[in-house]
Amino acid sequence: MKSKRSSTLWYAFLLAALALPFLPGGIGNTFHGHVLTMILLYASMAQSWNIISGYCGQISFGHAVFFGIGAYGAALAVVTFDSLPWYGVPAGAAAAAIVSVLISAPCFRLKGHYFAIATFATVEIFNRLFMIWDWVGGAIGLDYPILEDGWRNFSWSGTKNGYYLGALALFTLVFGIVRRIESHRMGYYLRAVREGQETAESLGVNSTFVKLSAMALSAALAALCGAFFAQYNYRVDPPMVMSLDMSMKFVLITILGGLGTFWGPLLGAAILIPLQEYTRAYLSHLGSGVDLMIFGLIIIVTMIKQPRGIMGIVHSLRKKPETPAASEEICEDREGER
Amino acid sequence: MGNFLQVLIDGLLNGLLYALVAAGLSLIWGVMDVINFAHGEFLMVAMYLSYWLGFLLDIDPFISWIAGGIFLFLLGAVTYRLIIKNSLGKAAMAPLLATFGLSMLLKNFCMNVFTPNFRLLSGNWLEGRTIAFGGAIVPLPQLVTALFAFAVLGVLYWMLKKTRLGWAIQATAMDKEAAELMGIDTERIYLLVFGMGGACVGIAGSLMTSYLAVYPEVGGLFSLIAFVVVALGGFGSIPGALLAALLIGLVESFSGFYIAAVVKYVAVFAVYLGVILLRPRGLFGW
Repeated sequence: MKSKRSSTLWYAFLLAALALPFLPGGIGNTFHGHVLTMILLYASMAQSWNIISGYCGQISFGHAVFFGIGAYGAALAVVTFDSLPWYGVPAGAAAAAIVSVLISAPCFRLKGHYFAIATFATVEIFNRLFMIWDWVGGAIGLDYPILEDGWRNFSWSGTKNGYYLGALALFTLVFGIVRRIESHRMGYYLRAVREGQETAESLGVNSTFVKLSAMALSAALAALCGAFFAQYNYRVDPPMVMSLDMSMKFVLITILGGLGTFWGPLLGAAILIPLQEYTRAYLSHLGSGVDLMIFGLIIIVTMIKQPRGIMGIVHSLRKKPETPAASEEICEDREGER
Repeated sequence: MGNFLQVLIDGLLNGLLYALVAAGLSLIWGVMDVINFAHGEFLMVAMYLSYWLGFLLDIDPFISWIAGGIFLFLLGAVTYRLIIKNSLGKAAMAPLLATFGLSMLLKNFCMNVFTPNFRLLSGNWLEGRTIAFGGAIVPLPQLVTALFAFAVLGVLYWMLKKTRLGWAIQATAMDKEAAELMGIDTERIYLLVFGMGGACVGIAGSLMTSYLAVYPEVGGLFSLIAFVVVALGGFGSIPGALLAALLIGLVESFSGFYIAAVVKYVAVFAVYLGVILLRPRGLFGW
């Protein structure tokens, strides 16, 4: 899986991303800097979801819960305990992992759409519980006080380079872990469970353990992204972090890029996030909702034309017709499209 | 005691409304194993249609439900032809995600054109009319909607069990290939089923306009409740959906009154999770 070429690509990408803010006329405090930061954040979120849903095949619509717990972890540390976000981050990640295991252990018995709807229901339950739970700010949410700039508070009000580098660190961590898993024994277990749970079990894979540990890892990483989101937006409230719409972002970005592929989440985020941010900024004269209408249209077209996402397109381009039989097949496909 | 009766009646009336909203979803899920994520937005479209017919042409919702049913039948059929047919069987969840895209498109289109404001139709025939029933008050618009729910579910059930079309639909649901070998045009059945699912939600949406406000996000909660009702009732079972909807309506009204209004949906979804974990395929599933 980890060929020399893909390793070169990976390190080159990280180096280029790291060098970007230090170049003359780098990102500074521009809108493009904001978009780049968001791409890295949403790519990390999508990749964390990809672990359980892409590699392991358990499509979850409940990741907003774990994302939200992470966001509340950081915000509670800063706002309620008047302390540093760094104490809230591991607490949030651990809480998310525990909650994810408690929810998933019974829900993994459900199949197909029953599992999907059960995960929707958990998002609604958590959303409404956090709405009425005064300790976490209820429906008003938690607003950050004014903090000193710097890594200590993980907060910058002037130049946003700090957030960009923080997002890059998050991105490197999440993608690095997935890269490690892909070639590790665990990665093979995950894919074995996805391809056929009974077969995997008959070969001695403990599928329950594999699914639960993948879910816990996925939830903890989603919580880290949530903590970053809270720090970046300076506030959290339930509709912002624990909504079905947030859950769907995890799903849609990964699916658009390519479910169960390493680069898919990054590609999906690199297309959807700029689209969303720039249409919101430049098409606002057309009235509200235009950005989300375009978003919806792209999802429909992707699902109809290439449900395997951008990675699916890349693969079909790479596979040049070598044998006459293969080229005939492609011709037939094209005719079918007409 | 008066309170208890009132809460009971409210729960049953709401439950029957949920049953009507969920019936179309249940049919589509049962026959095609597809979740139409735009179901709530179909409901919203029907509500807007009924609202504008009432507002501009003075047509009462208890007449415009016919228009709502027909329009949503067509919308369902077009959705099937353009989206479902092309995404069915391609990848896991592809139709679900494609209809999620459709729901975003419809919701934000209405947001853009009709503004996010709440609109309540006034001057209906039954507006504000109630009948007293043993110390409880039964609002007439809700009662008539609930009776419609019974009628629509009854017709749907009769159609599935007693007519040739219904048998063809059941055969398609059981085994598509075998049904094709028996000479059933399954393509046409799918189209009809999606249209009928749309028509059910169209009738529900039109009638609801007689007592509920319409706004672009009205479908969100209703579609979630419809998902829960269908999953709780079990794969494509109409009696199951009815029973589940009544249960959900009662849980909602009793927890809202006896615990706190803010926890009623927590209770609804918690009851759903509790039941589904004991019976992973719903009350009437197999």
